[in-house]
Amino acid sequence: MPKITYIDASGTERTVEGKNGMTVMETAIKHNVPGIDADCGGACACATCHVYVDAAFTEKVGKPSAMEQSMLDFAENVKENSRLSCQIKIRDDLDGLRVTTPESQH
Amino acid sequence: MAGVAHLMSIIGAGQAGGQTAYSLRAAGFDGAITLIGDEPAPPYQRPPLSKAYLKGEMEAERLYLKPVEYYPEHQVELITGNAVNAIDAAAKRIELERGLAIGWEKLVIATGARPRRLQLPGAALPGVLELRTLADVDKLKAVAVAGKRIVVVGAGYIGLEAAAVSAQLGLVVTVLEAMPQALARVAGPEIGAFYTAVHREAGTDFRLGAKLEGFEGSGQLTGARLAGGEVIPCDIALVGIGVMPNLEIAQAAGLNCGNGIVVDALMRTSHPDIYAIGDVAWRPLLHYRREGRLESVHNAIEGGKIAAASILGGTPHTLEVPWFWSDQFDLKLQTAGLWTGADQRITRGDPQSRGFAVFYLKEGRVIAVDAVNSAPEYLVGRKLVAASAAVAPGELADKSISMKDIGARALG
Repeated sequence: MPKITYIDASGTERTVEGKNGMTVMETAIKHNVPGIDADCGGACACATCHVYVDAAFTEKVGKPSAMEQSMLDFAENVKENSRLSCQIKIRDDLDGLRVTTPESQH
Repeated sequence: MAGVAHLMSIIGAGQAGGQTAYSLRAAGFDGAITLIGDEPAPPYQRPPLSKAYLKGEMEAERLYLKPVEYYPEHQVELITGNAVNAIDAAAKRIELERGLAIGWEKLVIATGARPRRLQLPGAALPGVLELRTLADVDKLKAVAVAGKRIVVVGAGYIGLEAAAVSAQLGLVVTVLEAMPQALARVAGPEIGAFYTAVHREAGTDFRLGAKLEGFEGSGQLTGARLAGGEVIPCDIALVGIGVMPNLEIAQAAGLNCGNGIVVDALMRTSHPDIYAIGDVAWRPLLHYRREGRLESVHNAIEGGKIAAASILGGTPHTLEVPWFWSDQFDLKLQTAGLWTGADQRITRGDPQSRGFAVFYLKEGRVIAVDAVNSAPEYLVGRKLVAASAAVAPGELADKSISMKDIGARALG
């Protein structure tokens, strides 16, 4: 099963096992990883599951959809590698994925 | 935590009740928490019930707000499938339907709401369903298969989302709405007209101003009867005509209630140690200088956070503008604010393009926005509503001016 590492704003790392088809957001919730609120539960409606994707994975993870891009355009502290983790589905080739959570989701 | 109560009970294990427990633990509260729900499942998300879950794209476990292990690991005593019969406010106890009474120092009531039922002949027939809980939707899922005929009573969000999924699953769909407009309670006429057209394009027989007189069938539903005598043959009727707050136990306990349990900005009821949150709470709506009940995920989460903070004496949560979303077909509607009281509506973009927004203004200030497949309008709109910003209607309607620019000008 692909491993995902979550790094919080203070640098603490948590590595958990993900499941193909589940999202990076759901995996965080399932393992009680702090830093991802996901108020809307993954409907791409709230932008409270914002993460920064590690440079080594930005290409593999892919580009956000038009709706997600618009949500990101207006989120706080957005960077080049920002994604909404509810829109990233886990696959085998994302094994080892590292994402950093922002200081606050609101 | 000195001076803080050590015995918390939360009645209602929905999104609001769950959030209260999570926020208490996240803030470092180390006393006892008992979370009591009358449904068998641990706290779960309701929004997907009328969307992805109904469509069969999501299994039940993915709805859970926290994995089941969370509760023992965080010493949250989760009691499911058991209702609270009574609150003894003087003795600070609650009595459960089955078994024991539980003592508390602070009590949070998050009992939610239940679907309003039709008082019509045949309303109790098998086949007449409602949609609030996992059990409700499992019943609906079992019968909602291609070729079946469904009548959706009520063109609110729940009804329309279920109608959209039903059409996508290949059912024959009729929507009956008593009002002359769809979504009349929650959105302006432009949004109502748009969704009516969308459902009609999908093949749904969408009737506005419909007067339902009753259901037909002996032992099993066979049709919905309208005034004038027409009978619409159907196998399923889904009634989605709003909800009623579950406030009876609060009323019986002597708490101040109206169309909800009355609370202040800190979610405190008329009893100093009892709080109420979520769908059941009649709360101040800060951005609108009035009070009301909100039925939404935003309100459930915010209520839980505020109740936890006010119990622990922590920093109060920054109030968000009410927000909401609805998924139907390929359309995502995102709403910020409450449109009630608007004296002007500005449409931005062309509904024909399936991406547009309606801004609601009152005395020149933005009080709400409904955005269809238009995230920038929603996200900037949310900030405009929070700031109660004055924006020139001509600017809002002009697509050549970006939302970023509109926001920057209005918000400075």
